[in-house]
Amino acid sequence: MSDCPTTYLDHGATTPLRPEVADAMAAARALPLGNPTGSHRPAQRARRLLEEARDEVAASMGRQPGEIVFTSGGTESANLAVFGALGAGCRAPRSASLLSSAVEHPAVRESCRAAAQSASVTWHELPVDGSGLVDLHALEAAVDGATALVAVMLANNETGVLQPLDRVVETVRRASDTAVVFTDAVQAASFLDLAESAAGADLVALSAHKLGGPVGVGVLAVRAGVALAPRQHGGGQERERRSGTQDVVGAVGLATALHLAAAERVEVAQRVAALRDRLAGGLVASIAGACRTVPPGVATLPGHLHLCLPGVEREELLVALDAHGICASGGSSCASGALEASHVLAAMGVPDRLARGSIRFTMGRDTTAADIDRALAVVPPVVASLRHDP
Amino acid sequence: MRVLVAMSGGVDSSVAAALLVEAGHDVVGATLKLWGGFSDSGCCSVADVDDARRVAQQLGIDHHVFNLTEDFDRHVVAPYVEAHARGRTPNPCIECNRAIKFDRLLERSDRLGFDRLATGHHARVTRAANGPHELRRGADVAKDQSYVLSMLGQSELARVVFPIGEMTKSDVRAHAVRLGLRTAAKPDSQDVCFIGSIEGRQGFLADKLAFHPAEVVDGRGDPVGRVDAVELVTVGQRRGMGHGNDGSRHYVVAVDVPARRVTVGSAAEANISAVVLRRATLTWVNQPLALGARAIAQVSAHGRPASCTVGANADGLVVEFDSPQRPVAPGQTVALYDVVDPDAVVGAGIAA
Repeated sequence: MSDCPTTYLDHGATTPLRPEVADAMAAARALPLGNPTGSHRPAQRARRLLEEARDEVAASMGRQPGEIVFTSGGTESANLAVFGALGAGCRAPRSASLLSSAVEHPAVRESCRAAAQSASVTWHELPVDGSGLVDLHALEAAVDGATALVAVMLANNETGVLQPLDRVVETVRRASDTAVVFTDAVQAASFLDLAESAAGADLVALSAHKLGGPVGVGVLAVRAGVALAPRQHGGGQERERRSGTQDVVGAVGLATALHLAAAERVEVAQRVAALRDRLAGGLVASIAGACRTVPPGVATLPGHLHLCLPGVEREELLVALDAHGICASGGSSCASGALEASHVLAAMGVPDRLARGSIRFTMGRDTTAADIDRALAVVPPVVASLRHDP
Repeated sequence: MRVLVAMSGGVDSSVAAALLVEAGHDVVGATLKLWGGFSDSGCCSVADVDDARRVAQQLGIDHHVFNLTEDFDRHVVAPYVEAHARGRTPNPCIECNRAIKFDRLLERSDRLGFDRLATGHHARVTRAANGPHELRRGADVAKDQSYVLSMLGQSELARVVFPIGEMTKSDVRAHAVRLGLRTAAKPDSQDVCFIGSIEGRQGFLADKLAFHPAEVVDGRGDPVGRVDAVELVTVGQRRGMGHGNDGSRHYVVAVDVPARRVTVGSAAEANISAVVLRRATLTWVNQPLALGARAIAQVSAHGRPASCTVGANADGLVVEFDSPQRPVAPGQTVALYDVVDPDAVVGAGIAA
């Protein structure tokens, strides 16, 4: 194993735990904390920390504290959104339909797929265009009285493309009084002000470890008045929406991370975008045939750079880059850890020839100019060495 | 002093707690879980408990939730249902105060070593030097809640405190805003806590009582209509009772459930000159009124006070109004105030 310094360009997968977050969590952990659902002092202390974290998260998301449900992460939040909306109130067990964009994260897609195994649930994927943007006409045509949930992510995890969520919400509201709009904001939360960008959605998911917080805690924001059937049954925590002893220390971590991200959002977005653009420009210029998967002019998150490199196998590329200390990713992994063909690229109409050589670099708040210099120095020769076709 | 504050999750009890903390007392907040079913009245739901708890956290005081659902069901909900079955019109909020807040909870407060029990009611407890405790209207006339507290006596009044009694509602809200309390802008809960706004009283009672249709007759006994549920009709009710031949509105004069009969009349026919308060239900803040004494009666939570004279008959206290009043339904509380000191509650009883 080579001993070179790591250039971590995979923030979309996970982000390093911020020192301030680690400190806040350590401080919380050092207190005598009971179970937040208890009546003695340690329990009250735990409950207070939890509710302070909840208030903080609510303020960051532009929601009311009572609308914040703590979960174990983005995947649980997505499952709760899909199954929760389906199972709620008078809709179950009458027939219901789920609509999701064709580029949703597997946590959403697989939830929809599993839900659609029931005879009373149908699932339609809404096509996207070559940029990965959801087809609003198709959405309009598909929403009807049986639509339980419309899931359109705020920003795509592979390409970073930002969906026109406001237009999606508008379209859904015109066609249905009851359909619930869910947005997966897991990727977007580190760079976008959810209070603005996700304001129209009924359900919003986010995950701590994508924004400098710990793995194992996330949020589903549930607009007041939106009924949700719980997935986890038990003590009735989180106002009956998600039973189970809450991870107080995790919630403190999440709230701290979100607060910090909000405070530096504008500056970080600018800085990261500049680094990304320099990397993009440099790689496209120095790697023959390399192209940015997302067409110019399409809004993306500032840290995402998705490239298609013809003549290269992405699995080999990632391993080779890793040997040089460059950390990137190639899209979603499956349960065995092997790379799968990307449904996102397929939905965008990216030809297989190009999709096989795709690679995602995601820059984050702690990416430096030196990281970009290194990547620019290392990636082109590595690609050249792996080229199958001249 | 060690004070237990009953916190409903509303702004009044939030500020009551805050004032006690500011005054340097050793304060603990408690929210009562009274109703296990659905609640959207703004009191008693899980969201309301969360609000109360968060305010307690903001104030730095301990907070507990006491499950009194069994007592509540026995002393408030079941009697509410049963009263309707007998054609009476209960006031569950008064029964909750009587049996739960100022009995069960007060008892628990004593046992846990608290010196006082506080609530966010708009009312005042005063005491002239070593004299008896007095219960008075709250400073904000429009929000005065002395009516629903009118059953309290010396034993209770010695142990309770109403911290916001001297404040107006807008002062209370301003204080909450100043303290940054989460509940500062929360609307007041208006309705009975265990009856949802959509189901209403009828929806609530529908699966607990059999409803019986009844004929509606006028003062001469001539039939003038029908109702689907005699159990839902209240003495004094105007809604749904139609008009007399002279065009005047009909009011319910009497409800006879066993006979399945509602008697209606004009306003003049329905109005009453006196109401009898059942002897067993009479409570006095300090001393009973002497027979023949003058008093001021209030027959509903925010009703206009009416001058009266009290007497007695076999059934209880007779409250004779100086001038005719709208009918008082059996089961309703009549609160009596001092004729010389009209803010001071003298006692109360329930209309026969």
